[in-house]
Amino acid sequence: MRMRLSARSGPPAALVVARVHVLDPRRGIDGLHDVLVRGGQIAELAPAGTLDASDGAETIEGDGLHLFPGFVDPHVHLRTPGREDEEDLESGTRAAAAGGFCCVLAMPNTEPVVDNAAVLRSLQQRAGVEAVIPVGFLAAITKGQAGAELTEMVELATEGAAGFSDDGVPVTSARRIQHALQYQRLCGGVLALHEEDPALSGDGAMHEGAVSALLGLAGIPSISESTMIERDARIARYEGGQLHVLHVSAAESVEAIARAKDDGVRITCEVTPHHLTLTDEAVRSLDPRFKMNPPLRGERDRQALIEALRAGTIDCIATDHAPHSREEKEAPFEQAPMGVTGLETAFAALYTDLVTAGVIDLPLLVERMTAGGVPYGLAPPSVAPGALANFCLVDLNAPWIVGEAGYESRSENSCFAGRPVRGKVVMTIAAGTVAYRERAFSIRLAKGSLVAGPGTRG
Amino acid sequence: MKHLLSIADLERGDIERILEIAESFAAVADRDIKKVPTLRGRTVVNLFYEASTRTSSSFELAAKRLSADLISIRSAGSAVDKGESLKDTVATLSAYDPAAIVIRSPWAGSAQIVARSSSASVVNAGDGKHEHPSQALLDLFTLLQHVKSLEGKEIWIVGDVLHSRVARSNVLAFSRMGARVTVAGPPTLIPRDVEMLGCDIAYDLERLGEADVIYSLRMQHERMSDAFVPSLREYISCFQIDSRRLQPRQLLMHPGPVNRGVELSAEVIESPQALIADQVASGVVVRMAILYELLTSSRADAPRSGSPISTVEQPA
Repeated sequence: MRMRLSARSGPPAALVVARVHVLDPRRGIDGLHDVLVRGGQIAELAPAGTLDASDGAETIEGDGLHLFPGFVDPHVHLRTPGREDEEDLESGTRAAAAGGFCCVLAMPNTEPVVDNAAVLRSLQQRAGVEAVIPVGFLAAITKGQAGAELTEMVELATEGAAGFSDDGVPVTSARRIQHALQYQRLCGGVLALHEEDPALSGDGAMHEGAVSALLGLAGIPSISESTMIERDARIARYEGGQLHVLHVSAAESVEAIARAKDDGVRITCEVTPHHLTLTDEAVRSLDPRFKMNPPLRGERDRQALIEALRAGTIDCIATDHAPHSREEKEAPFEQAPMGVTGLETAFAALYTDLVTAGVIDLPLLVERMTAGGVPYGLAPPSVAPGALANFCLVDLNAPWIVGEAGYESRSENSCFAGRPVRGKVVMTIAAGTVAYRERAFSIRLAKGSLVAGPGTRG
Repeated sequence: MKHLLSIADLERGDIERILEIAESFAAVADRDIKKVPTLRGRTVVNLFYEASTRTSSSFELAAKRLSADLISIRSAGSAVDKGESLKDTVATLSAYDPAAIVIRSPWAGSAQIVARSSSASVVNAGDGKHEHPSQALLDLFTLLQHVKSLEGKEIWIVGDVLHSRVARSNVLAFSRMGARVTVAGPPTLIPRDVEMLGCDIAYDLERLGEADVIYSLRMQHERMSDAFVPSLREYISCFQIDSRRLQPRQLLMHPGPVNRGVELSAEVIESPQALIADQVASGVVVRMAILYELLTSSRADAPRSGSPISTVEQPA
């Protein structure tokens, strides 16, 4: 199986980023360099102050900026087809680029569901026109995500599905998981599982604990997630299949995954920025912006997630970017839909709450934010001469307030809205093309007359 | 105080102030003419998204006895029923410039939404399974007619705590006033981590004799079908308050409506220790006090008189 990534074509980037702090943890690069991009490729990585712009190339003064390999988000909802009022391929990928992402993988729980080759092909074609960064599309495990019949996995894999997932709803039947893992031998494709036992989560609206007891909201217990992970890890071990666990949230879940990894199960998992930075205490406000599935858990869970991120039990960071319309999110908490946006805030939220607070170090954050494609077989972006340019420029010291200047996303249901954060993505190059320039950054460059060449208008 | 959204928001001093005001309104309730002109010319909206008899009627009577103009809206047949969002309904009602909106809703946090989208004072008359603060205040008022203080008193709240907004507000209210609260019921109907609210937990009634006050909760019949308890018969044998369990020194309360023969036996309902009728009577004066507190303290152009009674005594 070979994943197809789709994006609209843009002019190959030609620029020099001068005296920028390059941090590529996988390659052991952590220092000031000049980076030359020519024809969309990283042409040269040279000691700071040694490179001149070649003819026609724009020079970007990188003083005070960091250059990271582009982030990869393996879990976004682009709401297309069906809810283009909440997000479309253009707005969703623009939001991703604004967050420093150079590639995203989209979940198939759209209307209609991506459960056949026709829907998948039409999405790939539309992304070829609209997407500003490459997008891979997962296909459903079961038809209509109804949990009953497997999709035509072979055909979907041939058409370049990024993997298989019924995300949004769990696959409750162990038999179905077993069959899908058996089919994996034929067509490849990671099974990405939304782990939840609906018999335990019921009509729960938030984490089951002291806060749900206080608010009188039906709780979603941690074990509704961890027991399903235990079950599916054992099935994967039995079948020799490969699993990726979506959005782990509970301490019990990372314990289960660590045990499965020790047992040799081919299992990976991801965690979201909101589960790493917030707890169910935030739900005391009854603000539906803090409602998502899995729910924000307790502080003990959050600490376990951070520890698992450090230890490598958690492989990557994923936003689970889930746009919702304003009217849907203005409803009372129990009636509002689950989900929060996250592409534009992921780095800043984690940098502010975890790195500047000394909880994790910057190289670890960058490593896990760039590793999102690895479970699906995508090599992480790399700042290496000869590689396609996939990187972002970040001003770590820039303070900003989430949502103050609006969002690139069509939706504004951010759980970080109104929060002061640090770390601003000012430019993103994805697949060799400039995908995003922060407006103020462009103006600053223009005022300083530092810029020559194309693409400088804000 | 601008709104009454939850007991969790209140300090002991806030509670005591409302109870004092209620005391002075109780004097009015004993007169032939029970109406005072305090809220004349001001509008109170009762917005009820859920069936209610005693809460809605006592808020109506409270508003009328304070001479307010009253609009009562129930979800059946209204725009609410036609899919209008809570926010839009409140925007529409705001055109009448209401001084207060009293809201009952099946969804937690509805009162907060109304408070955010309106300039009126908002009273939470029950939001989902979250809180029912006016019930807790009238329960305190009722209880304090019979005991001098709740300091050190043992209060047991018995029954379906999981689904009860009354239980949540009352655990907070009783403990704010110095009582020691125990919640008791089958483990399936006691929320996990509920002790974080500041109460003890009992899964049987063995130590019920230690209670000074027993507060019984309504057992919803639909809980059977959700298999929270195996049978009503067994529930009754384990948790019904009957004459065998109720001691002469104990007071008995219930928010109503009672399932006679389920959570309470007929003889304890009619026993002298039962304060159930007093609770209903307290409903009106306490809700008058709540409206008075919210509507006279939040208006800068209406300087408060020392006591609501002094307003009463001014010629209209």
